[in-house]
Order: sequence, then C-alpha cells, then structure tokens
Amino acid sequence: MAKTHLTLILNGEATELLCEPRQTLLEVLRDDLDLTGTKEGCATGDCGACSVLLDGRVVCSCLVLGVEAEGRSVTTVEGLADGERLHPLQTAFLEHAALQCGICTPGFLVAAKALLERNPDPTEQQVRYELAGNLCRCTGYDKIVRAVLAAAATMRGTAGERGAA
Amino acid sequence: MSAAKTSNPAATERRFKVVGTRPVRHDGIDKVTGRARYGADVNLPGMLHGKVLRSPHAHARILGIDTSRAAALPGVKAVVTGADMPPVKSRTEQSGEGTTNPRHLSDNILAKEKVLYTGHAVAAVAATSAHLAEEALGLIEVCYEVLPPVLDVRAAMRDEAPVLHPDLRTHGLEPKSDRPTNVASVVRFERGDLAAAFASADVVVERTFDTAMVHQGYIEPQNAVAKVDADGQATVWVSTQGPFEVRHFCSEILAMPLSRIKVVPAEIGGGFGGKTTIYLEPLAILLARQSGRPVKMVMSRAEVLRATGPTSGSHIRVKLGAKRDGRIVAADATLLYEAGAFPGSPVWAGAMCLLAPYDVETLRIVGHDVVVNRPKTAAYRAPGASNASFAAESVIDEIATKLGIDPIELRRRNGAREGTPTPAGPRHKRIGMLEVLDAAQASPHWAAPLEAPSDPAKRRGRGFAVGFWFNAGLQSSATIGINADGTASLVTGSPDIGGTRTSCAMIAAEELGIPVEHVRPSVADTDSVGHTDVTGGSRVTMATGLAVYEAAQDVKRQLRERAAALWKVPVEEVSFTDGALVASSGEHAPLTLAALGTKLSRTGGPVVGRATVNAQKATGAAIAGTLVDVEVDVETGKVDVLRCTVIQDAGRAIHPAYVEGQMQGGTAQGLGWALNEEYVYDAEGKLLNAGFLDYRMPIALDLPMIDAIIVEVPNPGHPYGVRGVGEVSIVPPPGAVASAVAAATGVRPSALPISPPRLLAALQASGGHARSGGATAAR
Amino acid sequence: MHVPEARRPRAEDVPVVFIPAPLRRLTGGHDRLRVDGASVGALVDAIEASHPGFRERVVADGELLASVAVAVDGDLIVRGLDEPVGPDSEVHFVPALGGGSQDG
Repeated sequence: MAKTHLTLILNGEATELLCEPRQTLLEVLRDDLDLTGTKEGCATGDCGACSVLLDGRVVCSCLVLGVEAEGRSVTTVEGLADGERLHPLQTAFLEHAALQCGICTPGFLVAAKALLERNPDPTEQQVRYELAGNLCRCTGYDKIVRAVLAAAATMRGTAGERGAA
Repeated sequence: MSAAKTSNPAATERRFKVVGTRPVRHDGIDKVTGRARYGADVNLPGMLHGKVLRSPHAHARILGIDTSRAAALPGVKAVVTGADMPPVKSRTEQSGEGTTNPRHLSDNILAKEKVLYTGHAVAAVAATSAHLAEEALGLIEVCYEVLPPVLDVRAAMRDEAPVLHPDLRTHGLEPKSDRPTNVASVVRFERGDLAAAFASADVVVERTFDTAMVHQGYIEPQNAVAKVDADGQATVWVSTQGPFEVRHFCSEILAMPLSRIKVVPAEIGGGFGGKTTIYLEPLAILLARQSGRPVKMVMSRAEVLRATGPTSGSHIRVKLGAKRDGRIVAADATLLYEAGAFPGSPVWAGAMCLLAPYDVETLRIVGHDVVVNRPKTAAYRAPGASNASFAAESVIDEIATKLGIDPIELRRRNGAREGTPTPAGPRHKRIGMLEVLDAAQASPHWAAPLEAPSDPAKRRGRGFAVGFWFNAGLQSSATIGINADGTASLVTGSPDIGGTRTSCAMIAAEELGIPVEHVRPSVADTDSVGHTDVTGGSRVTMATGLAVYEAAQDVKRQLRERAAALWKVPVEEVSFTDGALVASSGEHAPLTLAALGTKLSRTGGPVVGRATVNAQKATGAAIAGTLVDVEVDVETGKVDVLRCTVIQDAGRAIHPAYVEGQMQGGTAQGLGWALNEEYVYDAEGKLLNAGFLDYRMPIALDLPMIDAIIVEVPNPGHPYGVRGVGEVSIVPPPGAVASAVAAATGVRPSALPISPPRLLAALQASGGHARSGGATAAR
Repeated sequence: MHVPEARRPRAEDVPVVFIPAPLRRLTGGHDRLRVDGASVGALVDAIEASHPGFRERVVADGELLASVAVAVDGDLIVRGLDEPVGPDSEVHFVPALGGGSQDG
C-alpha cells in the first residue's frame, strides 16, 4: 500500500512522516513515532486507553485514521509534562495512588486534562460522567476521581494566584 | 533456604518509620508520563509481527491444514501449526499456585487433533507488518469435521453429551471409573453425620444458583516479543505475572532447556490471575526461530475475550440447617464449575472457601470440574471463591431473614476463629473474621440510615456478605546491594501490578533505617534473580517482602562485621539500630549506611545481602466484608450502587493507599460480576459479546466512592504481620449485592449477573414487587 | 513449625491423619487415624501397613501426587514426604489445586 506524507503538530512540535492510509492514528503514534505512552486496549473505541487530544478534543485514536490528523494538533500523554515539571494531574495521580497497573493512566490523564480545560470546577458526578469513556479495571475509579478533583483544586488555586498577581 | 517463618509477637507493638506511610511509587513518574514500557511497547530492530488463526467452530476435528498460500505471500516470513510443536506427555504437575497438564497447555496454545472452542488457535504467521500477517491468516485453509458442541455444565455431565476428550477419566472418584466423561475431577469434603445434623435444625434452606462465565477484564491484551539467536538462545519480553512460570512452561511445551530461555518481564497492564499462564510466548519463539528475526505478537480485544481464560460459570446448590439462635449445624453443597475446553476449573477452591468464614462442624461439600466447549479457564482473583460465596452468603442471608437475626450478628455467632476447622479440614490459623464483623458493624455506612427513594418506581436495600481467601506462600528470592553512598538497590523477581516494588522497597528501607527514596527497586529477568514464583495468590508483599526482609537481615549482619572490623571490636559488640551501626562500648560514633558505604571496599568488598524463601509457613489468609446499598428500578430491572464499603483484614498494611487500592479494585470487579458481566454464547458456541461494549464492565459512572476500612489482625507467621491483600475483596460483593436486591424487592436473585432483563423477569415472575416503595436496611 | 494457640490437648501423643472423604472406604470408614511416624512419608507408610491401597492414592514414584497437597498443623508443607511431623501434629490431605489429567 502506497504511503501518504503526513504533517501534524505533535505535542507542540511540527512533525512529518510517511504512513499508510489504513493505519490508525494510534498505530502511527506507537509504531512509527515510538510514542508508546498511548495504549491499545480494544481498538474499537470502548476503553479509552488510546485517548489523545485532536485539536484539543478527546478522541479515541484507534478510531481516527492517521491521515485524518493532517494539519492538526495532537496531544498525547508524552506532551503533558513541561520538561521535568509534571502536570498537576500527573502529580495528583501519583500522590493519590490513582494508578495500579498504569495501563489506563495515559488515557485518563488526557481525558481529564480536556475535562478540566472545559470545566475547571467539576463535581464528582461530572468527573465520573466525563471519564465514563475510560475503563479502569484495577482501581474501581475511587482514587482516580479523587485525584482529578484534587488536581482541579490545585489548578484553580494556581490560576487564582496568577490572577491575583 | 531460610526457615521463612518468624514468630514475632512484638510486631504488633513495633513503631514503624516507613511501613504504614504512603510514599509515591518508584515507577510512578514513568507511568504517568508514558515512559514505562509494557510488553506491547517493546520494539526490536528487524522485528516481525505475528498473528494467530483461530477456529470458527466450538468443537471440530482438524482434518488438515494447508498453509502454502500464506507462506507464499510476500512479506510472510514464518508459518507454524500444531505439527511444529513437539509432543508433550500428559501428566499433572504442580506449577506455582496450581497444577497444570503440559499436554493440555500445548494443545491450548495450538490445537492438534481437535479444536475445542471458537477462538482456539490453529496456526500462526509472522510477517513484516501486522496488517500483512492478518492477510496471510486469510490464506490458510483448514479442513474441519464439525462436531456438536456442549456449552453448559449440566448438559456436559449427561450420558449423551458430546465428549471433548475421549481419554479423560474422572480424577478423584473412588472407586476409579473407566467411563469416557466430561467430568475431569471430583473433590469431596465430608465430616459428621449430615442426616442427624439436618434433623436437629430448626430451619433448613436449600437453594440453587447459577453464575455466568466472566473475564478478568485487564485493559492490556496479552503480548509477547521473542528473539531467538543463532545458537538457539531465546529471549522473551512479555507482560506476565510469572516470568519463571513462562520460562518453565515454554521449556516444557517446546522441549527446550530452561537455560536456553530468558524471560524479561515488561511492565504489566493488569492480570488478576489471567496472565499467570501462557498463550503467545511459545508461538513467538517458534516464529522467531523459523524466520530468524524477532517476532512481536499482541492479541486483539476480541481474541482476549474469545481465547484467554475467563473464570468458570457455575451451578451451585447450597443447603444449610440452623438452630433458632442462628448457629449453622449442617451444610450440604454441590458445586459444578465450567473448566472450559481443558480440565482445571477452580472448583476445588470454591469448595474450600464456600463456608470457610464459619465454624460448621457437619458438612458435605462436593465439587465437579467439568469440561465444556468454551475457552480454557484461567485464574481470576480468588479463583472459585466468588461463585461459592454468592451462593453460601445468599442462603445465610435468607436464614438471617427467616430467623429475624441481624446479618452481622448471625455471622458473628458462626464466625471462624483460630483453631476452627476449615471445610477441607486444616484448622484456621489466626484469622480476623470477628474483627472484620466488628469493623463492619462500627462503620459509618452501617450506622447511616438507608433513606427511602423519592421515585415510586425505585426500591432501596442494604446487603452484607463476607468472604475468605487463602494466601499463597511459595518461593521468592531477593538481593539487596549497598551502594557507596548508603543507598540500596533491591532486586526481586515479582512483576509489579499494583505497587509492590514500592511495598518491598519500604520493607527494605524500614529494616535498613534509610528513606524509601534511597532504595531503588527493580523487577529482574529470569537470568538476574533467583527463582521467584508468580505474582498472584496475594503473595508478593507477604512472601517476596519476606525475602526482602531476610535479605536485609543478611545485609545488617555483614555491615555489623564491617563496622566491627573498622573499630577492631568483636562483632557481638556492634548492633544495627535506627539505621546506624552502633558500638556497645560507646567509644565509637555511630556509622550511618552512607558513612559506612564508602568504606566497604577496604573492609572486605561489596556488601550484597541475599535471601530465598519458601513462605508456606508464613502465610496469612484473610477475610473481607462488603456492605452495599442499592437502588432498584422495578420498571427496568436496573440496579444502581448507591454506597459501598469494603472491610478487609490486611494483617499489616505496608502501604495503606495500595492496600486500599486492592480492596477497591477487587470490590469493583465483584460488583461488575454481580450486576453486568457475562459471556453470551449462541447455540453453536460462538461468543457474541467479544468486546468491551457488550462485555459490560463497570465504568466510572456506575460506581460511587468505595470506602475501604483496613482491619489489622497481624499474621503471626510474618515478621510484620502482613497478610495477603490482593484478592479477597472480590469474593463477597456478589452475595452482598444479591442480598441488597432481596432486601429492596423481596425477590432474591438466584443467578449472576443480576442484569436488568434477568431481574425484571424475576420481579415480574414473583407477581409484582411485594414491597411498596421504600427502603429496607439490614435489620 | 507454626503451632496455633488454641491447641486442644489430646490423650495420646501421636499424630492424627485426617483421611480424605473419597479414601475412607479404604480405612474402614474412619475419617481420621492416629498413626505414629516422624515424617509425612512415615505416616503414609504406617497407614498403608494397616490399610492397603492408601499409599498409591497419594504417592507415585516416591513422591506425593501433584494433585495432592498436605497441610501439617494448618500450613502447606515444603519438604514433601520428608516433612517432619510432631507428636501432636494434625495432618490433612487437600486438593492441590487445578484439574485432572488424562491419566485419571
């Protein structure tokens, strides 16, 4: 199958590569770009382990063709931290023990980032609703929800400080 | 090998510095940044991709396989079928937690004469891309003689049932039988005069229950990457719970010496018992050997559900007799468990756990392991116990209702203690049954009134159940190396699914008196650490932690000798106290590890502590309780979980957040088992819901916060009192949910899952809902 | 060896071996036997001496059958037939987990 030239903004950096039209964005990320942080759990869009942001919106990258990302911006878990500075969600997940095996964690972090960007002060139910597309089999979700709520509070506090400054 | 057991009553009085705290796990940053490498993330130069061809029939003879067109497809570099595997002798051997028949294992990995379930592997190919490999599968021609399948355990036991294995005879029957059968084995526990005991009972309840086959549901599909060098040396990277088990099984299945196989455990994305066996590893090795290139294989979700071990569906009959005061005087139970295509259901464990939380003098418990044309079952978190607990706890709850006794109080009157015989016979060691009941009774959840729903179509109810699970001991190895700066490297062989590399590091830090951040834990491959049995059986923090503890004692002994040499005093005058070497004479200033670390090479050389344990005598079984409030919509049959509390005896919680995590995770799986999860087959034996949309596991919206109450009744066999914590929380939720639904609606579920269509049918069959809108808390 | 606290004292100072239900037809219906021996293997031999047929149900090729586990005083053993037993030990045979085999 002839390959297509693909150009996109990946975690803030202009990136180009060749890929087959039949490859999903998930395959392109993992197999061609060696960004293995995004995981395949089902390849049918039911588990959310492959969640990435496509132009800021959460999508299942297993349901997006690589070529559909042409000219668009993609954010993966590898793009959450700022160098060695973890995103508040990443810190909160660690401090609240919100991961056990960790396979669903990248998807949750990406989805939660999008959630908090849309709604910086969600209720517990809103967090559960917005993360309903991400399956976790290890934690029962309790500590994940707590971590997201804690990160939200941290981010509101920081934003408040910035606003006050 | 150390004695692997210490009696340490002082464990309860000891003041810990690290144990009991909640440090961030050592692998945490890698896991939240996507840097951690799981099996499917491993890539090697020149790597090929392997795929498996699977049977479309549930039961058929393989008449022939033609792989020639697949092999001729450009890009295909290797093709294997069952004919490429060496013959393996049929026998039963102990393998870590259980027994295995290597012939069955080989036949499950690639079918030889028969396929026994839809999805059974029949061939594998390796090609330059995964897409090409899938194309190649379509070019393999298999000629089948289709046979009638049997899918239900009772149907499989009938005389006229299709026989899966013509040479299978029932194990455990006395006298032995020579009849062809689908009953692979029978276990039986019996004591006392059953008829007399039932005759003496004031109330007798007998019920039958059915539970559906369910899957462990780990989010990460099975994977394996294999490389075979020109000299025949194989290396396998795999997400596994047991690298040494993988090595052992591959060695047997492929007739390769152990020393020719190295298994490197990648990070693992969930297992729950399902990754304690092998599926892809031997195929990857064979394809790598044939092609001369590394081969990576990853299952799809549909393959995982169709062809990796779920746990048994079951049919269980329980009859209990009790006195008016609630004391259970007689128990009679029969358990029929689906083994899937090959023998090996956990019916033996179900039979041993069914009434293990209780003191029941007179009983007869019989369990049958029955093969059916479904995938070969594999371990799933406390295998066999959830099915049994659902049945027994439902009957106990019914007795409590009949006698008007509070469900916690009734269990207390029958509660097992140290010395109580378990159903299989051996006496309980120290066991926290009464303490768990006390904690349940004292919980905020129990004290909170169950408020009536405002919607007239809803009913609310509260249910409680308990469960028991073992703690596997088995073997573990550990080494601790002291670095020149006083930090320590800790090497074990236990894959870390839930934070155990950190709980082990905490034990090392505690013993060495250094901060946990100064211990660098790693999970090593099979060449780099001594034999270590599976991450399973709730054993890692207990048994591998015990090896770590013993290795730390070895380190301290060596360090005392070094300090004694430095100070020129007898070693008896040197103690290790609060992380420092101290001279009893007081003439020398204490030396910390950091200070002594720089002097190691000139006092004799490196200090590496080591230990191996066989922890069978250190084990600490555990009791868990689940308290749940549900709301039932009587118009749709949907059950919502309003509130849930899990109470569990952890012995000693090394890292409380990760103990809570195990408790909450097992509870969530138990709730899914109770309410939504089941395998749905058509009459031909094809799995209809082989995906996460229709194999419906709990999502964040299905569950409330799960309160986790840790009870600590120290395990006297372990220096810190640690009990196994990973599994037992999955045992009581189905019984608790069933009792809550019964309390809410007056209808007691007799089958799992308590899904909306099933509950609605049961409500309608009972002639409408006896209760008029309201809430029924436990009495 | 772990000795649970709630030990009930017995008249004779001889180990008790609990007979699995399916094998009681070999021991005249007895569900437990007091037999003397300092190891699990010695106890099995002692039972065989008075109840022939017992040993082959639990031992093959000089080792315990893979399908049989033995608990002494509540703990699974580690040394097989060589596992020592004390004068007031309780010995149980329990299923060793897992399924049957083609050889019955």
